[in-house]
Amino acid sequence: MTETREVIIVGSGPAGLTAAIYSARANLAPLVIEGEPSSTSDQPGGQLMLTTDVENYPGFPDGIMGPELMVNFRAQAERFGAEIVTDKVTRIDFSSRPFGVWIGDPDATEPSYRATSLIISTGAQSLMLGIDNETRLIGHGVSTCATCDGFFFRDQHIAVIGGGDSAIEEASFLTRFADKVTLIHRRDELRASKIMQQRAFDNTKIEFLWNHVVERIDGENSLTGIGVRNVTDDRRSDLDVTGLFVAIGHRPNTGLFIGQLDMAESGYLVTAPDSTRTNVEGVYACGDVQDDYFRQAITAAGSGCMAAIEAERWLESL
Amino acid sequence: MSGAISTLSEATFDETIASASGPVLVDFWAEWCGPCKAIAPILDEIASEQGDKLTIAKVNVDDSPGVAQRYEVMSIPTLILFNDGQPAKRVVGAKGKSQLLEELSEFI
Repeated sequence: MTETREVIIVGSGPAGLTAAIYSARANLAPLVIEGEPSSTSDQPGGQLMLTTDVENYPGFPDGIMGPELMVNFRAQAERFGAEIVTDKVTRIDFSSRPFGVWIGDPDATEPSYRATSLIISTGAQSLMLGIDNETRLIGHGVSTCATCDGFFFRDQHIAVIGGGDSAIEEASFLTRFADKVTLIHRRDELRASKIMQQRAFDNTKIEFLWNHVVERIDGENSLTGIGVRNVTDDRRSDLDVTGLFVAIGHRPNTGLFIGQLDMAESGYLVTAPDSTRTNVEGVYACGDVQDDYFRQAITAAGSGCMAAIEAERWLESL
Repeated sequence: MSGAISTLSEATFDETIASASGPVLVDFWAEWCGPCKAIAPILDEIASEQGDKLTIAKVNVDDSPGVAQRYEVMSIPTLILFNDGQPAKRVVGAKGKSQLLEELSEFI
């Protein structure tokens, strides 16, 4: 007989692990299904695992490394008795309670676990461009992880695509190694926070290519260049870069919930106003999977706390 | 079976790969690479479970950049499986255990 847990938390970024800390302290013995290692942000610990200095998380006046922060979150959750399994959820049945949660074979008759309440914190992952050669050249010039791969682009010319905080952070980080970093953005201004923008403008290794999009990725065995188009006059040109880092935004990891949980057209889960409740009773959503506006570690953690408290009170009411 | 993971350097790499009796899986990694650290315990597990069929070794790309360059490693973690001294399989990026075992299934 499959065991039934009071709370299962799916995902292990700031939202999921904060929910784990709170529900563990409420003696709910939560089970966290944290995901599997990958070189994208879809991995245990989430997007912060691919970042360097986190300078805006309160409590760390000198900043902290993203992966270190997540190791701390995890240790804090474990300290209070959260159980963490390194696996990926492959299916959830929301149609009856306790909910069925599968890891491994999604077609197995019996679920791997059952849960009275569920906290969904599967986060979001980086968007790719979706053009030819991109996937084939990952690891051969096209990168999903600046902190992993920057080292291999010493004295080379790299392109970073995007205009938000992630793009600026990657571009700034990559100047430690690269000779030149061209930041390609489809608009004529950045969306990144002002302090990050200023840092990028002050960095003499960063050049800006405004109003441009990438249309072509070239290279047989490794990246040799890209083709760009100016969106204001449609003029096309080539850029000789050996590295390409894409930071054009995120999509929520909600594929498992299609047809079961209410979501916006963009795929983000919909929660009740001022709450983490989803349309299914006993199921709560927190962090970037339901937030396409703030998307900060601190707001994710805050909503994780809300989800845990809401789940706890709901369980008490049963 | 050994199950222990050794560290190879510029000096020991060629000799170790050439003299190995079975397949050798080499993990190119570095201290500053989060996904590399995430798969380290998985490699430890595979080493202890498959130690009789597979040798696992590590190359720290900070300490041995030449080896990484020779095999055109441009992203870590990269795992290269050497069979009879030749690279036979390459896995780029961190993967879960089941996925990794599947990638390596023809050699173990």
